Amino acid sequence: MTEVVESAASKRLKRVALTMLTFLLMILMCLPGLWVVLSAFRPNREILAKPPIWVPETLTLDNFGKIFGWGTEQVAIPVGSYFANSLIIALTSTVIALLIGMAGGYAFARYRFRGKGSLFLGFMLFRAVPGIALSLPVFMIWSRLGLIDTKAGLIIVYVSLNVPFTLWLIDGFFRQIPLSLSEAAQVDGCTRWQAFWKIEFPLARSGIAAAGVFAFLTSWNEFALASQLTRSTDSKTLPVGLLDFTAQFTIDWAGMCAMAVIIIIPALVLTFIVQKHLIAGLTFGGVKG
Amino acid sequence: MIRALRTRRVETAPFLLLTPALITMLFVVAVPLVFSLWASLTPYQLTKPATLWRFIGLENYRRALSDSAFWIVFGRTILFLTIALNVELLLGLGIALLINRITWGQRTLRTIMMFPMMFSPILVGFQFKFLFNDNIGIVNNALQSLGLTDQAIPWLVDARLAMFSITLAEVWMSTSVFAILLLAGLFAMPRDPVEAAKVDGCNAWQVFRHITLPFLMPFAYIAMAIRSLDVARAYDIVAVMTDGGPAGRTELLWTVIARVGYENAKMGQANAIAFISTLLSILFTWHFYRKLVAARRYMGGAT
Repeated sequence: MTEVVESAASKRLKRVALTMLTFLLMILMCLPGLWVVLSAFRPNREILAKPPIWVPETLTLDNFGKIFGWGTEQVAIPVGSYFANSLIIALTSTVIALLIGMAGGYAFARYRFRGKGSLFLGFMLFRAVPGIALSLPVFMIWSRLGLIDTKAGLIIVYVSLNVPFTLWLIDGFFRQIPLSLSEAAQVDGCTRWQAFWKIEFPLARSGIAAAGVFAFLTSWNEFALASQLTRSTDSKTLPVGLLDFTAQFTIDWAGMCAMAVIIIIPALVLTFIVQKHLIAGLTFGGVKG
Repeated sequence: MIRALRTRRVETAPFLLLTPALITMLFVVAVPLVFSLWASLTPYQLTKPATLWRFIGLENYRRALSDSAFWIVFGRTILFLTIALNVELLLGLGIALLINRITWGQRTLRTIMMFPMMFSPILVGFQFKFLFNDNIGIVNNALQSLGLTDQAIPWLVDARLAMFSITLAEVWMSTSVFAILLLAGLFAMPRDPVEAAKVDGCNAWQVFRHITLPFLMPFAYIAMAIRSLDVARAYDIVAVMTDGGPAGRTELLWTVIARVGYENAKMGQANAIAFISTLLSILFTWHFYRKLVAARRYMGGAT
């Protein structure tokens, strides 16, 4: 009897130990990122201190003040307009990519037609062109069309980067929804269009949200293409703006870390909101698609 | 007549729905690719537009392929991809298995796990450049404080260490992509076969080897396919951390493309290399897609 109790207790202890170990490991894994976040709130002299100051003595918002131009000390980097550019470009391209992906995904999930399999794979292979390889010819064509250094120029490129992926994921989600549901709605007098918006779209919503997060993050974080296709504050995005912190031999580390936090926050908030959908989205969209 | 129209409408509907997707892909990917193919057959230089119309056949390819420096970079790129993808897969698998066993606080753990995924590759480059800085970087400071070394280790300046640091940055950034996909796979796994195997007397390793792992393989190949689609994201990391240096020892195909094309303005030559690298990416993707289909078929046959 006591043996049974003991083994139950030791099992419980083992489980608690495992949980704690996992938490510790995950936090350790995040450490490289967390150190950057912490450094954003430390004064430059603490970051550059030799010997190092491990436990921060002062925490400050000066680094953010500097790049936004609030304080007396100022770095002349137009973070505000970079942020606005990034937001406009990422949001617009995500919405367009989702609309195109929904139309295409619905076509792949609901219709049989010739060349379907090869077309599906073809979309994926287009995505295999590395950004930097794509940037050379796009640069040459865009400069003839006058699309260099415009938001529209980047939006068009990002839509095409995201379409294969949104199409793939959304197709998987529509396949999950039994055909009989929309057929029943059509028997009851809905048009196919109405059946789509009333039945299929709400059911696939979480998958579409997951695809949207991926599309947004791709556009928000992209660098190789943006660095070649943008020139000025008209279209430069945050990742390209990071380069403003580097002079030839020195880097303003405090400012850089603050900028990093600014770039991460929207991505973090968005992922946190939809993280529940994200894992479900990957399970369905990925394997059974 | 009406009937014929109706059947035709059913046939055209999917193509109508796919038209926007096809147009974007043609406009932004296919046309530039054809253009790039043409440019790779000319001695095109940005500063001399007329050179775009001089056809020189496969000269650019011949020059690249007969250059031993190119093959070194080519080999390094493949080695880098192979090592990074495999390490990411193994670490991701470990993390997924560990988190799958946790019952308390699993959602929090999942969120923490996804933290590195939020970092843009360019940011990861700067971040590791910061951490590996010989003077103020946390890595050197920690090693010195612990008394493991008495002088700063030049992580990004020493040729071999630089490649190691880049690989570490890439692995840090992408391991959670593998972990989350494999975790999704573990969630989707049916319980019955595992229970049955335990009743039959299989030990934990046997259950893992013969049931869990085959079930997870399609997920692993999906992760591989997705990652190999954007492995060239590593361009951002390399460009920031070392920019191919020291002395070209961390040069990968993508940094060569950027250097030849934008810095030396030899667009024709750069396009030839870009085309080779595109074919390489497509080959990787195609390979993992084939493996995915095979793994799915195996699962279909097994269950």
